Amino acid sequence: MAAFSCTLFGRSYSFGSLRELLAKATPKRSGDELAGLAAESAEVRVAAQMCLAELPLEHFLEDQLIPYEDDEVTRLIVDSHDRAAFAPVAQLSVGQFRDWLLDYDTDARALTALAPGLTPEMVAAVTKLMGNQDLILAAKKCRVVTRFRSTIGLPGTLAVRLQPNHPADDARGIAASVFDGLLYGCGDAVIGINPATDSVQACESLLRLLDELIARHEIPTQSCVLAHVTTQLEAIRRGAPLDLMFQSIAGTEAANRSFGVSLSLLAEAESAALSLKRGTIGSDVMYFETGQGSVLSAGAHHGVDQQTLEVRAYAVARHFKPLLVNTVVGFIGPEYLYDGKQIIRAGLEDHCAGKLLGLPMGVDVCYTNHSEADQDDMDTLLTLLGVAGCNYIMGVPGADDIMLGYQSTSFHDSHYLRQVLGLRPAPEFEAWLSRMRIADQQRLLPVQPNHELLLDSLAREG
Amino acid sequence: MSEIEKRDPWRSLSRHTAARIALGRAGGSVRTETLLDFRLAHARAKDAVELPFAAATLAAELVAHGIETFPLRTRAGDRRSFLLRPDLGRSLEPEARVALQAQDFGARDLCVVVSDGLSALAAERQVAPLLAQLWPLLATQKVSLYPVLIAPFARVKLADEVGEMLGARHSLILLGERPGLSSPDSLGAYLTFRPRAACTDADRNCVSNIRPEGLPHGNAACLLAATLRESAARGVSGVALKLGPNSSLFAGV
Repeated sequence: MAAFSCTLFGRSYSFGSLRELLAKATPKRSGDELAGLAAESAEVRVAAQMCLAELPLEHFLEDQLIPYEDDEVTRLIVDSHDRAAFAPVAQLSVGQFRDWLLDYDTDARALTALAPGLTPEMVAAVTKLMGNQDLILAAKKCRVVTRFRSTIGLPGTLAVRLQPNHPADDARGIAASVFDGLLYGCGDAVIGINPATDSVQACESLLRLLDELIARHEIPTQSCVLAHVTTQLEAIRRGAPLDLMFQSIAGTEAANRSFGVSLSLLAEAESAALSLKRGTIGSDVMYFETGQGSVLSAGAHHGVDQQTLEVRAYAVARHFKPLLVNTVVGFIGPEYLYDGKQIIRAGLEDHCAGKLLGLPMGVDVCYTNHSEADQDDMDTLLTLLGVAGCNYIMGVPGADDIMLGYQSTSFHDSHYLRQVLGLRPAPEFEAWLSRMRIADQQRLLPVQPNHELLLDSLAREG
Repeated sequence: MSEIEKRDPWRSLSRHTAARIALGRAGGSVRTETLLDFRLAHARAKDAVELPFAAATLAAELVAHGIETFPLRTRAGDRRSFLLRPDLGRSLEPEARVALQAQDFGARDLCVVVSDGLSALAAERQVAPLLAQLWPLLATQKVSLYPVLIAPFARVKLADEVGEMLGARHSLILLGERPGLSSPDSLGAYLTFRPRAACTDADRNCVSNIRPEGLPHGNAACLLAATLRESAARGVSGVALKLGPNSSLFAGV
């Protein structure tokens, strides 16, 4: 294996492997330090970036970070690589690729065509060289539009996942948060519940609850219960009305195994969801969540840095046809992303890398109380992602998820973002909001006590 | 000021959930009162993370309940290294290891480890009332116990090392969960059969959200005692136990 080296002011720096080069070129973050992979000094980090900038993109096709024989994610990446799509950038180095991405003439059409030609490692490499503004600009050029009952990702739109979690999966408690979100104009990406209990019964009854609500009020959106795929598969077998199939995924076979999934299981899950044919305007049925640090947390990192592993998870996601993919960027804690600065950078990286690989990226802009971050950091990341054209964000009542114990973004946050950037909901949902007298001309309307949603049986006394 | 909706007409739905619903709005944004309420809750949660753990006070409280204790130390010497280096909280500091070995407790059924984890408030508020209710139940089940091991700055996996060293049949570690905005003092409990270094999360049964507003002490004690009994009878813990014929016993665990 070739060693990588560069000389700065007469001092030579060398990196023993592509893994080491990528890890040391990564902007500073606590998870790589925890794994013992980070650059030993700020100068070494930049030296690694300079060395990486010179590396031909072609190199990534020959030098696998995790051996082909050992890892099905590597096999997927290698076997699905599209040489013809890669051709426009085949002669470029990583540094030249960054310049190419930022060129005026590189537009949505060019990037959509290129995506199957990129490997996650190429994308990880170029995003390590990019500054935050580059991550925003390159992502903004990408266009990834998906459909089920609403259209997500159209230019000028921002969708919201309504996240009505309840610590006991109480039907009325969940419904209360659903009504709150809908009356605040949110829920066009999905109404998605993280169940407190991963049981088939809970999954099935929550799916029925959401299905009935969506049907009763003819809401142009889709539901999801974020249980394990095996739980959702069993719920389908029992006849549960499942719209989207959810799973958390990661960038190595071993990490996915620790999540209890494999590519074949995910394929089985996708085809089961597709067989229900519940989409009205499209059939994108998968929903994936990811996040930097999950692989190290599962002890399955193979000496690869956490951002590169995160982008490898996107290679798993794009093997399917997801409606939604989001990184849960600040959820995992300060041992992986220490503070607001690291969370903001990682959020922009994940969004950009996912978009370059052709994914409908959203971001759970979030933090935990033991991280050095606060709501102001989230305001900053939220704004930057809005500018970058993020497909959707989370909507949690008051930004406080009482089941998962972390802070995400609120319904109000989406109104802030839509106002400052002139963004609109998914078109089908926007029409519904207007018809329901919830919002019109981009403004929330005063809600009358006898509003249709408040007369729903789940909202009335009882 | 027609733009400011102080009260949303669905405020009564708050009786079904502690979620921050029907907050009203200023334009599309949160009202000042809501903004400050949130900041206060966050400030309290941050303070809960930073709070030093009064381990000695807790030990004295347990002794007052007739529960013996023994102090331990992990390799995490301070809050920052505990937060940034999860590995340090998973193993004993060498001197503490020697001191524990010197005790020569002999093999017993259950070793209980207590730590502040991510919330000292949780350990200080929930551990004594929980154990005061759990101990009589364990006595009925004739469970032999070690002194309660109090280990500041511990992660869940510390119970594997300690349990294996002692030769305990089961380990139970109680520690403060990550403080949520509305729950700065929630305690988590993890039970493992035949604790050893190779154990993973799949080998544990977890009871979380132990606090008066969540899972009250008495209910948590009953659930833990029942889980322990079932685990001992079947010789398994974790997913294997949860998926067993009596899985309804562990709904919500």
